[in-house]
Amino acid sequence: MKERLVLIGNGMAGMRTVEELLKIAPDKYAITVFGSEPHGNYNRIMLSPVLAGEKTVDQIMINDLPWYAEQGITLHAGSEVVKIDRARRQVIAADGTTATYDRLLLATGSVPFILPIPGNDLPGVIGFRDIADVNTMLDTAQAGRKHAVVIGGGLLGLEAANGLMKQGMECTVVHLGDVLMERQLDPFAADLLRTTLEERGLRFLMGMQTAAILGEDRVRAVRFKDGLEIPSDLVVMAAGIRPNITLAKQSGIHCERGIVVNDTLQTYDPRIYAVGECVQHRGQVYGLVAPLWEQAKVCANHLAHYGIGRYLGSVTSTKLKVTGIDLFSAGDFNGGPDTDEIVLRDPARGVYKKLVVKENRVQGAVMYGDTVDGAWYFQLLREGTDISDFRETVLFGHAHMADAGREGHSVMAMSDDAEICGCNGVCKGTIVKAISEKKLFTVDEVRAHTKASASCGSCTGLVEQILAATVGNFDATPKEKAMCKCTEHSHDVVRKAIREEHLISLREVFDLLNWKTPNGCHSCRPALNYYLISTWPAEAQDDYQSRFINERVHANIQKDGTYSVVPRMWGGLTTPDELRAIADVADKYQIPTVKVTGGQRIDLLGVKKEDLPKVWGDLNAAGMVSGHAYGKSLRTVKTCVGSEWCRFGTQDSTGLGVKLEKMTWGSWTPHKFKMAVSGCPRNCAEATIKDFGVVCVDSGYEVHIGGNGGIKIRGTDLLCKLTTEQDVMEYCGAFMQIYREEGRYLERTAPWIERVGLSYVKSRIVEDDEGRRALYARFLESQKYAQVDPWAERASGAVDAHEFKPLAVMA
Amino acid sequence: MNDWHDVGCLDDIPPLGARVVRSAQGDIAVFRTADNDVFALRDRCPHKGGPLSQGIVHGQRVTCPLHGWVLELASGNAVAPDIGCAKRFPVKLIGDRVLLQVGAASAGGEEQHGAAA
Repeated sequence: MKERLVLIGNGMAGMRTVEELLKIAPDKYAITVFGSEPHGNYNRIMLSPVLAGEKTVDQIMINDLPWYAEQGITLHAGSEVVKIDRARRQVIAADGTTATYDRLLLATGSVPFILPIPGNDLPGVIGFRDIADVNTMLDTAQAGRKHAVVIGGGLLGLEAANGLMKQGMECTVVHLGDVLMERQLDPFAADLLRTTLEERGLRFLMGMQTAAILGEDRVRAVRFKDGLEIPSDLVVMAAGIRPNITLAKQSGIHCERGIVVNDTLQTYDPRIYAVGECVQHRGQVYGLVAPLWEQAKVCANHLAHYGIGRYLGSVTSTKLKVTGIDLFSAGDFNGGPDTDEIVLRDPARGVYKKLVVKENRVQGAVMYGDTVDGAWYFQLLREGTDISDFRETVLFGHAHMADAGREGHSVMAMSDDAEICGCNGVCKGTIVKAISEKKLFTVDEVRAHTKASASCGSCTGLVEQILAATVGNFDATPKEKAMCKCTEHSHDVVRKAIREEHLISLREVFDLLNWKTPNGCHSCRPALNYYLISTWPAEAQDDYQSRFINERVHANIQKDGTYSVVPRMWGGLTTPDELRAIADVADKYQIPTVKVTGGQRIDLLGVKKEDLPKVWGDLNAAGMVSGHAYGKSLRTVKTCVGSEWCRFGTQDSTGLGVKLEKMTWGSWTPHKFKMAVSGCPRNCAEATIKDFGVVCVDSGYEVHIGGNGGIKIRGTDLLCKLTTEQDVMEYCGAFMQIYREEGRYLERTAPWIERVGLSYVKSRIVEDDEGRRALYARFLESQKYAQVDPWAERASGAVDAHEFKPLAVMA
Repeated sequence: MNDWHDVGCLDDIPPLGARVVRSAQGDIAVFRTADNDVFALRDRCPHKGGPLSQGIVHGQRVTCPLHGWVLELASGNAVAPDIGCAKRFPVKLIGDRVLLQVGAASAGGEEQHGAAA
């Protein structure tokens, strides 16, 4: 017989947990759900847009009633549980319904705090919590009643007031303090917000204490402590929420401010779990929605008896859901004596940004008017990034990294046919439609369903914004993301295990780290293979079946299934003999397109797969080897002619380029790695947009790192200045090695440097002579195993011959 | 044309890999999993025609090398939320010989184009 799971609370946290549970253990439990509201499960945080008339109740439903039946879940909607008999393991509802449980999940949410003042129980006095409250507000407005008073100028109160005003009521917000939304805003941002809302027609009574609500059969007016009375047909109490722990407390479950749970969301009764706003975890009570996504995942995992995953608490951020007002806040935005504030105020544009920084790490952020970079600041905050390298520009935003041309536009201002994802041609309207119709809540889900941000990823920020605007902000991405769905472990954890446990095969990784799939997936296998061969170059066996096709057949797959072939030309130099050989190959194998690449090489496009070994054989015979134009590896070293010919050249840039390429070719890296050497500061080889670039000057060599000219253009950072070619070689090898050892798979040097900081790289390469030499030595050691021409191996037929021949040809 | 054709031996196909059989019906990809199960699908991804034989095989699935669609080897169906199907061909192992039936197109039928393309 199935075990019985009973859920009390048909809200977002509880049902999210059930959905997570159904995903991983669909048949484990017979599930019964009690909900005090007579509906299915809906997105509570979107009640504000419903009140404002921007959405309908149907549009915010997550699971309607038929869904429960389809899932085999017994739902008692409109049935409030009044008692838990823990001895009998039974719950009892007010209407007499009972249910017996093996596991009980409490998700009772929170209740509005009702001020203890005379008249607080009059008809027309409500909270702002559920569909019934919204309906009361809408009915009051439609009945032609004019005056509304909202008590509490916090997030919820302002959203309620804005909605009521949109419904035609004259609305006054009463606030005890002097600062609106003081839990999210500092005084300056709060003033900007108040000014904007006043211009729209809201009235504010600040520093006012409500004394009584007046009325006979329903509310008529509100009286304040100083004697002032204002007329009112509706009073919305939005002075805060409290975890709803009445039932838990009565049942003897240990509660403080909320129901106390451990890191597995278990209460003091081991059969009973709790999630959402009703819980208190590590002393913290959450009134925002983002943490519940993580809680649900962890809780479901334990309910399924998988026993992995712990909830470690969340950092939250807020956005006000009032159309046309851009506001963002996160973390400790007020700061204290030991913090700095970095502030930008531009009243004419209505823009205010403040970062609270402690020891070069973001502690909190408040933004008003321009919140485009909110997600970025939030990421810096969560990851504890050291911002010292870009502190002077941090307030100007992520623009220098973001895709050109789109920055600064709020997605909300974009029309539905605006293209968001340029790779896959996905418009804003398509994304919004998928989010609403398919009930998507995370960027990963949007990516899977629409393909937006699924290719190059540069529009991820825009997709996040659209998601937040459509369903609210749920993304409390954990600090350390799992590598893929096959594991809970992050890239860094896996790599550490490979190094410390001396793992040299995929099988050992899968077994030791409890991989959830028998042999990984297309995402983790190439990463693991790279970590293995880069950590243990002498011991780990390169697993070709775990490489993407391009690296398996050493050519680039094209859209029609043919391949392109790029022979290496050291430093961009070639000879008449090489060119003749390339021309002969193109003729002999009827290669349709011959093109010069951006990296100063010649690309032969449209080669049939079975011709590849023969093409390589001919090119080998002319002295050429693989150009690795297909690999997460050293690609090319681009050069200008330098002092040998150029009248401006200061050093032999071509010669140095050839030496660098001879040293580094064949090395595998986390992502592609490009180099260039320019002979003078005119920089004709464009060295300052390469992963490693050298700009020769009269007195020596400037070494630049971390540039790229791809999706997000990034100019290099200057690492140091050197005086000899040998030094350049050593720094180059050391830099490649530290990137090889510490960059995450598919992370180019540009984002890697932004993650770890230029100062860190300098400390390892420039300031630590011994460490640099050790890195350089490890690089050269690794190259002993890497510098084998893969084309020659395959042209000889000795390696992977099966790749290039059909299994059988049938008549 | 419902004969079984001997197209080679199991060890001609690398574990977690695939080989191509050329036929009058076009290229057919024959896959081998880690557990030595074999499957055969038309060597064209229902998305944009990518050669599935060149993809990474994992579990009982293959990922298309062109745009990363994932297909079930047993059914040829794309893994949700993508929608589409690559035609399957009957294939079986007798001893270590791989036998393929090319004449009959089994269920899966013609490819459909995915809504989520």
